[in-house]
Amino acid sequence: MTADAGTLVAAAASLRGESLWRAAAGRFAANRAAMAGVLILVLITAFAFIAPLVSPHEMETNDWERIQIAPTAEQAHWFGTDANGRDLFVRVAAGARVSLAIGLITTLVAVLIGVLYGAVAGYVGGRTDQVMMRIVDVLYALPLFFAIIILVTVFGRNIFLVFLAIGAVEWLTIARIVRGQTLAAKQTEYVEAARSLGAPATRIILRHIVPNVVGPVIVFSTLLVPTVILVESFLSFLGLGVQEPQTSWGLLISQGTAALDSAPWLLVIPASFLAATMFAFNFIGDGLRDALDPRDEA
Amino acid sequence: MLRFVASRVGVLLPTLFVIVTLSFFLMRVAPGGPFDADAQLEPEILENLRASYDLDRPVIAQFGLYLGNLARGDLGPSISFKDYTVSELIAIGLPVSLQLGLTALLLATLAGVPLGILAAANQNRWLDHAIGTLAMTGIAVPSLITAPLLTLVFGVTLKVLPVAGWGDGAWENRVLPLTALVLPQLAIIARLSRGSFLDVRRQNFIRAARARGLPEWRVVLVHALKPTLVPLVSYLAPAVAGVMTGSIVIEQIFGLPGVGRYFIQGALSRDYPLVMGVVIVYASAVLVMNLLADLAYAALDPRIRRGFSAGSAA
Repeated sequence: MTADAGTLVAAAASLRGESLWRAAAGRFAANRAAMAGVLILVLITAFAFIAPLVSPHEMETNDWERIQIAPTAEQAHWFGTDANGRDLFVRVAAGARVSLAIGLITTLVAVLIGVLYGAVAGYVGGRTDQVMMRIVDVLYALPLFFAIIILVTVFGRNIFLVFLAIGAVEWLTIARIVRGQTLAAKQTEYVEAARSLGAPATRIILRHIVPNVVGPVIVFSTLLVPTVILVESFLSFLGLGVQEPQTSWGLLISQGTAALDSAPWLLVIPASFLAATMFAFNFIGDGLRDALDPRDEA
Repeated sequence: MLRFVASRVGVLLPTLFVIVTLSFFLMRVAPGGPFDADAQLEPEILENLRASYDLDRPVIAQFGLYLGNLARGDLGPSISFKDYTVSELIAIGLPVSLQLGLTALLLATLAGVPLGILAAANQNRWLDHAIGTLAMTGIAVPSLITAPLLTLVFGVTLKVLPVAGWGDGAWENRVLPLTALVLPQLAIIARLSRGSFLDVRRQNFIRAARARGLPEWRVVLVHALKPTLVPLVSYLAPAVAGVMTGSIVIEQIFGLPGVGRYFIQGALSRDYPLVMGVVIVYASAVLVMNLLADLAYAALDPRIRRGFSAGSAA
């Protein structure tokens, strides 16, 4: 009798146990490409922070005896040196820190602005919604990259402004996604229940709407990080982004392109890091989409 | 339909006006100016220079002047390229950029759609996975990397194609820039058409066509192709913006005389009229493409005309 009750309880627990998020996590962990993406990111991040500790070189020290030497174990120039005799190994790590930081911080800024803006527009609705989304439409018509270049031209080539400029432009899509999701969530019973219990609009938006539209936002932001890293690389490549003595992958690739025929490793090594990061984020983003939206499996 | 067109066109001009106004004032408000580099100029000469470009007037008056000239199609003189007007520079650069961009879009569509359909028709088989990998590579590896790598392989190592330059549009000079420009677009288009074709294939009219015993190629080419292309239309506008962005970098890497190069040059030297001119040309292009995409979409799917128009699905 007691044994029976025990198995029943256990069975009930196992029935109840699988939450939506845990199921998604399970699907994500089973996705080999996505897990490879996570591994690549962990490795690159580790490299970004460990490389300067391992290498005997400083990123700004010039070794005029060894200019543009190919990767070699001698003198610990594992990735070779650039046109100014600076060690590429520590420079790629420094570039990784800048590029990853820009990608993550900017995405965070864009997500915060976009989620709040979209949720408010969608929840309040009516004229407010129309005006708010018309503003988004107008900003959308300005090609993103040009807007960023104008902002950078205007406010100078400063790394924090690069963060801001990219973030200020990238929130638009998130706002659109969240607004659409909010319009749908507004019709649900749980929001109606909250409203009929007298919950204020801010509470409904923050406690009921935002958590329920978060899935697509997570997927989109994962894919936004590589976009931002790429925009930063484009800007730096064109000389409008990160400035010397700081560096980023875009700047390194630009310098590598300039030395294309004499020192191809200056291009190939930073380009490989950038490409690997792009792959990693795209794999993770796709994995998250499949994990969070199992309807697509068919 | 007519009302829909009118409402769409009606939004276009105010949008362009907002863009012009925003970029104009943003650039004038910022500290620094186009003559900063010539720091050794005598104050009188600097004053004359500024006067000759109307930079000594109040900003509002400058804006009025600019709008007046713009209405007459005059984009003003370039400051960094002396002896050239902005219109002349754009007239030199635009044909190159347009040729590159349109060819790239055309090639990407012509190759991307069949690849996507091929992948979908072989869903979850090796061909699907191969095309998927190719598409993922195209999306993940930006032109910033492919362009220099292509130059390294075909220009520097194999020496079969020119490293850079336009060569008055000789085909050898176009191969590498076009390849770098096409790859990301091709990848996105292939992915979109794969997903779209998978959706279409589940529809009843396809089942009906199969049930009537039509051969598979007829089902795909005659019945499924058009509805497969519908979602692609809405990608047209962002694609144009993407190609333009890509072409800035491509023009820089390959030293092509397109508009993008003037834009970067203008931005670096704070050549206000030049940057404004290029922004206006590009923004108009994007707006018109947005409009065309909206109209084409509405023409293909009547539900959109009646529903809430939340702008193009960019």
